[in-house]
Amino acid sequence: MNKISIENLTLHYSDDKESLQNISLGIPANAITVIFGPAGGGKSTLLRVLNRLNDLTDVSFMKGRVLIDNEDILDPRLDVITLRRRVGMVFARPVVLPMSIRQNLTYGLEVAGEKDKSKMDAAIERSLIQAALWDEVRDRLNDPAAALSGGQQQRLCLARVLALEPEVILLDEPTSGLDPISTGKVEESLQELKKTYTIVLVPHSVQQAARAADYAAFFLQGELVEFAQGDKLFTNPTDKRTQDYVEGRFG
Amino acid sequence: MTVTSTSQTRHTTQRLGFSLLTLMTLLTVVPIAVVVIYILFLGAPAISWEFVTGFPREGMRAGGIWPAIVGTLYLTLGTATFAVPLGIGAAIYLSEYAAENRWTRLIRIAIINLAGIPSVVYGLFGLGLFVLFMNFGTSILAGSLTLSIMTLPVIISTTEEALRAVPQAFRTVSISLGATQWQTIRRIVLPQALPGMLTGIILGLERAAGETAPILFTVAAFFLPRLPNSPLDATMALPYHLFVISTQVPGMPIKIQYGTALVLMVFVLSMNFIATTIRSRARARRQW
Repeated sequence: MNKISIENLTLHYSDDKESLQNISLGIPANAITVIFGPAGGGKSTLLRVLNRLNDLTDVSFMKGRVLIDNEDILDPRLDVITLRRRVGMVFARPVVLPMSIRQNLTYGLEVAGEKDKSKMDAAIERSLIQAALWDEVRDRLNDPAAALSGGQQQRLCLARVLALEPEVILLDEPTSGLDPISTGKVEESLQELKKTYTIVLVPHSVQQAARAADYAAFFLQGELVEFAQGDKLFTNPTDKRTQDYVEGRFG
Repeated sequence: MTVTSTSQTRHTTQRLGFSLLTLMTLLTVVPIAVVVIYILFLGAPAISWEFVTGFPREGMRAGGIWPAIVGTLYLTLGTATFAVPLGIGAAIYLSEYAAENRWTRLIRIAIINLAGIPSVVYGLFGLGLFVLFMNFGTSILAGSLTLSIMTLPVIISTTEEALRAVPQAFRTVSISLGATQWQTIRRIVLPQALPGMLTGIILGLERAAGETAPILFTVAAFFLPRLPNSPLDATMALPYHLFVISTQVPGMPIKIQYGTALVLMVFVLSMNFIATTIRSRARARRQW
């Protein structure tokens, strides 16, 4: 069952930095779908379409449909605020908001109008446990989030998204700045989280792509070259270009 | 051998360069220090309780400068009332909402140019628009409005700068968590930019407090030994009073002139001090 259906999506920026060329792709629910390929291939662009963060950038041309639960999210009448709550995003660089750990976690709920303190406390504990951060910060929730280490900050960013109970989680190279141990913790959390959420991951290496992928999509210069189940795509790719990239012959 | 001599030459050049730069720094600092000390030295004997809180007597040759102090205080507050909300609003629009296009570039150029207009021109403009056309008369209202227009460019550009200094990533994250643009501005951008904004605002108001030309035609009274009791009253003000007693009144005791200058200087410098304190405290606390 596909949670997200991308149909003939074409997109250009006005500065021609990255583009998407007629992408069609189904992203299954309750699985990790990995979007990988060399830089400039359109991976981040695709993620930013999925929660309409691209609204903030200079898109010069866009065509096609993106359905989440059969609803076209590119429809101009769509309520983007609600969409962004349903489709959370974790960025490559952990950006904690300049406030306490607790406030970082409740920010999304507060702007959504949540006032019930017990609900927020429950969300804090649940999301921190899910992001494997609870034991490290439970006693210092009121400390500034900036005081956490890089790995902890990135898990806080993940927890911040989880606190909103989204349906889809987008992760754009979430471990690119992290040490191997923190990376392992994040990857472990993702394996647990996919039971509840639909996860779209742009990995920071082919190795991570191979480790994490239930499904994998290989992007090259704005084109979707190949999409298949993870074990098939990484062991027995159909397209020569995928094979070359996976085996490290370019990229 | 050659290596040592080259490195020695470099060393000498470097020392020469540093000495030159130190000298240039001294050349800018020393005159300021001399002015401050000079005013302090000549003005201090005039300072007394009566001088600060009393009314001028004997054709301003004796007594105090209380009405001028109060007038400058009112004018500063009046200027803040108009210029601060307008300036912050315009800066938020320019930094957060306006698209980069010819229209906003035009606005920015206009603001920069406004900051370069001589203050006496603002005075004349205020006379024409507020005093005569809008019929406010020579009044605190007309003077505050004139000073507001003069101060606005400073407030707008410093506030905009403070807003732009807030990392773009905070805005993106806030939006991605489902906040509206206004929630993002109110909860993230404004609190982070506030110290920078306050600093700019105070520095703008400080300039307004010390200006003579814009109030010359619009509010300042030559001699008015009572306190204003409505915004439509004229008032004495420190900079204009200083001008008057320095050039227009014969037989004026020097210590009264310098005493007035000292009070004005302390007034303006304490605003400056508040601004820099806010800035350095905020920098120490900043998490980015």
